[in-house]
Amino acid sequence: MGGDWANWLGPAEWQAVRLSVRVAFWATVVSLPLGIFVAYALARWNFWGKQLLNGIVHLPLILPPVVTGYLLLSTLGRRGPVGEVLDAWFGIVLSFRWTGAAVAAAIMAFPLMVRAIKLAIEAVDPKLEAAASTLGASRAWVFTTVTLPLILPGIIAGSILAFAKAIGEFGATITFVSNIPGQTQTIPSAIYAFLQVPGGQEQATRLVIIAIVIAMAALLLSEYLARRVAQRVAGS
Amino acid sequence: MTLQIKVQHAFAGFDLDVDLDLPAGVSVLFGPSGSGKTTVINAVAGLLRPDQGRIAIGDWVLTDTASRHHSAPHRRRIGYIFQDARLFPHLSVRQNLAYGRWFAPREAKATSMDRTVEMLGIGHLLSRRPATLSGGEKQRVAIGRALLSGPRLILADEPLAALDEARKAEILPYFERLRDEVAVPILYVSHASAEVARLATTVVALRAGRVIACGPPGQVLGDVAVVGARGAASLLTVRVVAHHADGLTELATAAGTLWLPRIADATEATLRVRIMAQDVILSRDRPAGLSALNILQGTISDLRLGEGPGAMVTLAVGEDRLAARITRRSAEALGLAPGQTCHAVIKSVAVAPDAIGTGLRVSPASRD
Repeated sequence: MGGDWANWLGPAEWQAVRLSVRVAFWATVVSLPLGIFVAYALARWNFWGKQLLNGIVHLPLILPPVVTGYLLLSTLGRRGPVGEVLDAWFGIVLSFRWTGAAVAAAIMAFPLMVRAIKLAIEAVDPKLEAAASTLGASRAWVFTTVTLPLILPGIIAGSILAFAKAIGEFGATITFVSNIPGQTQTIPSAIYAFLQVPGGQEQATRLVIIAIVIAMAALLLSEYLARRVAQRVAGS
Repeated sequence: MTLQIKVQHAFAGFDLDVDLDLPAGVSVLFGPSGSGKTTVINAVAGLLRPDQGRIAIGDWVLTDTASRHHSAPHRRRIGYIFQDARLFPHLSVRQNLAYGRWFAPREAKATSMDRTVEMLGIGHLLSRRPATLSGGEKQRVAIGRALLSGPRLILADEPLAALDEARKAEILPYFERLRDEVAVPILYVSHASAEVARLATTVVALRAGRVIACGPPGQVLGDVAVVGARGAASLLTVRVVAHHADGLTELATAAGTLWLPRIADATEATLRVRIMAQDVILSRDRPAGLSALNILQGTISDLRLGEGPGAMVTLAVGEDRLAARITRRSAEALGLAPGQTCHAVIKSVAVAPDAIGTGLRVSPASRD
């Protein structure tokens, strides 16, 4: 059965699926700590420039993805101000590499991740955190022993949404890192490429089915976890 | 060990200004909603930073705005029992109880888990989640959690206010045990005088951010300025002598025998009984042929005429004071005056069961 599965997809398609999963995985994992931090800051702190930060985080959701991709290319590209420094000092090149695809996917998925985690943090009663502090827990301990466990389902839901978004990201990715098979050709880029050549429709259809399955599974899983967070926090 | 609380704090439309030196035991902050009770204990807990003030337990200074000192809540070692139990929903009862112990210094872990669990009767709940507990059970667990954090001071913010009468009756004895068995000072917030009468060693009456009276409960709860003429009450210290077959309990007071409907406490237990001033009738001569069973003899120590038709007469009965609220007309007709001997008549059934609490170890004389 497993063998049938492997044969069902051609090597080029497999390559696109594997690359997509790798890109989406690293995009999610690396942006998660920052996502939790930003969500916490937006949910709990009052600081100067809070609305500005909120706007910047949500910008990729509203801007045309091509614009985001172009901005990435012009800052993180080899001749961009940041890209030049990364290349010269650390030998890190992002443009036209899978790592660049991961950066683009992470930025596009970031607002979804932050929104889900922020909702979970807002559902935690700050009175519980005050109670923990009177019992001797410092701020860091309050966060790790009370806040974090209570928002865990929200973190998982946010990560799943971000992962699904990262797998499907097309506009910013193709603008920033192009469409190189094996390097930067993720599922959407591959579908696009297959549709450009005669007879590629069958391969494109198979990738479309995979994309639908992944998106649907992520949505169901995150709905389930969102219900759990509601039950858990209401449990007091 | 005294607790010093000197706090000045301004809110929009309300300002708090208190200066208290409280002795050991249970100090109750007593007053209506909005009088500043919770603000005071949040300042003690460190959850509120006062504009000005000094808060110290003995010589351990928690807040001193003069030297810009303010320890963080988690460094204060204060066991805070909230009105809403605030148990951690993701932890079991056992884990909730143990939470504060993770952070307590070693010498503070002397409070035994087993003993606390037994004292609060929560042994059968240990593996349950807070969501499955009743209101009374949650509050008992919250008391245990505060105790086990090894506190140097316990704060309780209306811990019974969210509970129904039956649950209140269930929890109150645990606070009495806390007062009598645990040598930690307690600062307790309440607006219910029945609770105050049973628990307090010192009562601080607050009104609109100011202290209007501070002293032993017998004194403050009899103060018309604090509780109003209708709410005035006295506390009598009594000893259980015997339980009789007709359902009455015989109690000894300094001024004679008191008969009350059956009390659960064992013979020889010392209790205090709250008697509302409006439930007391006065007579110059020892009355005869009355249905009321309780006739206590005392000396009039104080007589105050109210602005309306009422008068408040205070009798000295042994070391206690017993207040009677009568009309001015009766006071004049009987020719009552301080120094006279007088008899107080109390109906047995007028004393509500929740007005009887276990006695204090601290004797009235040593409170001052």
